[in-house]
Amino acid sequence: MSKLDSRIPAGPLADKWKNHKDHMNLVSPNNRDKIDIIVVGTGLAGGSAAATLAEQGYNVKAFCYQDSPRRAHSIAAQGGINAAKNYQGDGDSTYRLFYDTIKGGDYRSREANVYRLAEVSASIIDQCVAQGVPFGREYGGQLDNRSFGGVQVKRTFYAKGQTGQQLLLGAYSAVSRQIGKGRIKMYNRHEMLDLVIVDGKARGIIARNLVTGEIERHSAHAVVIASGGYGNVYFLSTNAMGSNVSAAWKIHKKGAYFANPCYVQIHPTCIPVHGTAQSKLTLMSESLRNSGRIWVPKNIEDAVAIREGKLRPENIAPENRDYYLERRYPAFGNLVPRDVASRAAKERCDAGYGIENNDTHEGVYLDFSTEIQKKGKEAAVEKNIHNPTDQQIYDLGKAWIEEKYGNLFVMYEKITADNPYVTPMKIYPAVHYTMGGVWVDYNLQSTIPGCFVIGEANFSDHGANRLGASALMQGLADGYFVLPYTIADYLSADIRTGEIPTNSPAFDAAEKEIQDKVNFFMTNNGKHSVDYFHKKLGHIMWNKVGMGRTPEGLQEAIKEIEDVRKEFWADVRVPGDANGMNMELEKAFRVADFLELGQLMAKDALAREESCGGHFRWDHATPEGEAERDDENFKYVAAWEYQGDDINQETMHKEDLIYENIEVKTRSYK
Amino acid sequence: MSAQKGLNLTLKIWRQKNNKTKGQFETYKISDVSTDSSFLEMLDMLNENLVNEGQEAIAFDHDCREGICGMCSLYINGRPHGPDTGITTCQLHMRMFKDGETIHIEPWRSAAFPIIKDLVVDRSAFDRVMAAGGFISVNTSGNTLDANAILVPKEDADNAMDAAACIGCGACVATCKNGAASLFVGAKVSQFALLPQGKVEAKRRVLNMVKAMDEEGFGNCSNTGACEVECPKGISLEVIARMNREYFSASVDQG
Repeated sequence: MSKLDSRIPAGPLADKWKNHKDHMNLVSPNNRDKIDIIVVGTGLAGGSAAATLAEQGYNVKAFCYQDSPRRAHSIAAQGGINAAKNYQGDGDSTYRLFYDTIKGGDYRSREANVYRLAEVSASIIDQCVAQGVPFGREYGGQLDNRSFGGVQVKRTFYAKGQTGQQLLLGAYSAVSRQIGKGRIKMYNRHEMLDLVIVDGKARGIIARNLVTGEIERHSAHAVVIASGGYGNVYFLSTNAMGSNVSAAWKIHKKGAYFANPCYVQIHPTCIPVHGTAQSKLTLMSESLRNSGRIWVPKNIEDAVAIREGKLRPENIAPENRDYYLERRYPAFGNLVPRDVASRAAKERCDAGYGIENNDTHEGVYLDFSTEIQKKGKEAAVEKNIHNPTDQQIYDLGKAWIEEKYGNLFVMYEKITADNPYVTPMKIYPAVHYTMGGVWVDYNLQSTIPGCFVIGEANFSDHGANRLGASALMQGLADGYFVLPYTIADYLSADIRTGEIPTNSPAFDAAEKEIQDKVNFFMTNNGKHSVDYFHKKLGHIMWNKVGMGRTPEGLQEAIKEIEDVRKEFWADVRVPGDANGMNMELEKAFRVADFLELGQLMAKDALAREESCGGHFRWDHATPEGEAERDDENFKYVAAWEYQGDDINQETMHKEDLIYENIEVKTRSYK
Repeated sequence: MSAQKGLNLTLKIWRQKNNKTKGQFETYKISDVSTDSSFLEMLDMLNENLVNEGQEAIAFDHDCREGICGMCSLYINGRPHGPDTGITTCQLHMRMFKDGETIHIEPWRSAAFPIIKDLVVDRSAFDRVMAAGGFISVNTSGNTLDANAILVPKEDADNAMDAAACIGCGACVATCKNGAASLFVGAKVSQFALLPQGKVEAKRRVLNMVKAMDEEGFGNCSNTGACEVECPKGISLEVIARMNREYFSASVDQG
């Protein structure tokens, strides 16, 4: 029996959310303090939800694994946040933002959810400005906007290159205000390790205090998961080191369906992997593609000479460079969407033209020399310099680049010790954002009653691919403006329930299971560290469940991951003490979950016999190597149901995606 | 990599089981560290070696490893975030060190940041200062004014952004001989002081935040400027001057 009821309200698209709000049940103000809500994760989604729910009068208990909610990984987002304000008068509207987002997701997201996202986007900007978020302004004092890839209007609001930071600090200040009022009880350095279900409803969590090691029971009338994405399954990614899937995975094992796990966004402009000791990948802002040209050597001898350090890229003549994006996609060139740019880089590197001098050979150039020349000549004209020397042109052009991207160039130089004004930047795609996640209905409720999932942790709004500046939008939309309404509808039945006791058999059983796992890890005394297994998993995922997938590779991956899983449980070693801070133990719990999820990702990728967005199958490509979507057979959400330890036994439920308001088209960037 | 150099290093690292026990420096050797590695990756390598030998890994805080979350700390050779300017520890690279060098690694040093374990300290005092007033009291109802109804001069917005760039890492406190938190608190006070939003509660805000800062055990500011030198985000001493001005004017009004 399928339990997938998306609960999308009837009626015209533009009225769905309003009508739904008008008819949902409410909890009256004097009853809200009879209700406890747990929020797991305090990034943009969790922080904004916790603050809003507390302000409404509920008792909120918020949990994060960091030492402060201000450190959630939302803080690292750079570019901006979209909103259909049409301040620039260039024809933007709720409908256009909705349309761009659906198209950007390769027609694999839900119409009603995406429309609601576009609809509330304008309120987000109002809210954040009122909170004192210092967005970029024009000289007249009004808000400034940028344009972002794949979009024909200027709708992106920004705070320098630190938009995520400023939005998160805005949410954190709202959280701080409620902590000060005693309405939020904040649990820093705590990690949720299990969900507790009582009589079929989510009624609490088991958490570990990461400082004392104590296993704690926390009860509530509803549990909100806002724990972010699962990109760290690949070990190397742009995610923060601690980002993990555990909260989402634990509720999956307790009955929540996990949707579209194979949808992973690979970002094209990261600094390449330098060596085997690397822990983390750093993103160079996508905005650089506006001014940089991407190339690899045209002749394979030159690529080899570069890798051996015998040739410098600046010494390769322009006619011996292969500007492969401009060659393959003349209409969009270097500004093709993230998935297209990433695959094209992989294709060149796989063909032997990669330039990084390590074992991987993975790397292409992002070159600013053309832009420096062009802007230098323009500036010379502006300054009335006739017949400028080459040096003058270079200096003026460099000054222009510096003004626009200076901080990114400094950051790049700190990391690589190369001066990108002279030598082109080296870049390569890296795992960035996960569009899959826990399946939720229109109310953001999972298939477990009382367990809600918001932000990157759910699957709902980005389809198979995510456009720039849309993740921040979804996090805040869910937390500030959607969940606080929809959760009230659920909680309205709970005003007479009273406090949920933590001494019930359900809590006993959940705690015992965690305690047993702790004991196992502390006494297993195997041969290998947790990272050893995590890296092994990451290697399989990147090579076989990465940018290009084949049925054979995916079948191998499923088998290999299972082997690593078995080896992990037989041979993992966690030194130290469980009764105190033990970061190896924290990692062991997380990697155990990544190993299971990784297998499901491969299984989902194998079942989806088409290419779409971040999921590319070599056996479903056009003769030119472009993605071939299959709308007839795969226009659905794949929602997986857990069936016990053997991940291969998970069963898939399908939610058909119905497009009533837009025409489904093939994406082409030729 | 063919071009990289492998460093051999001696590390003197502060080890402390928890905040109830005494700590001490322990000496570790590490070899063949890539000059392309970050400082934290070097510590990862050391921890991998320790775990393989059955020893307990060294606890240190870190998360985004992109210089923005503010979680990483570490006093390295007597300087917060080590021997480079304008960066966090995750952005410090091993090419800054020489083969054969001895490196001293300690946790943040400040009474207001008690040690939790090894190199990890408790910076929750910052959160409590924020909860005392580091916000604008606006309801998150979605019914606020249209954003463009509040005009902000571009220069003010840019200056507010510069102050708001603080990542709350605590390097300013750790390096201050008095253990003062003035750069951190001044940055938040300045951000709001430069903007029209939240003006109605400006006096309450600065009074409450400064009071909370004092109660948390941070020292007094004597304008030595070490905080500005070590701030990874280049927050300027101006924010302290602005905080003082706001504080004095609020105190006068109150008196």
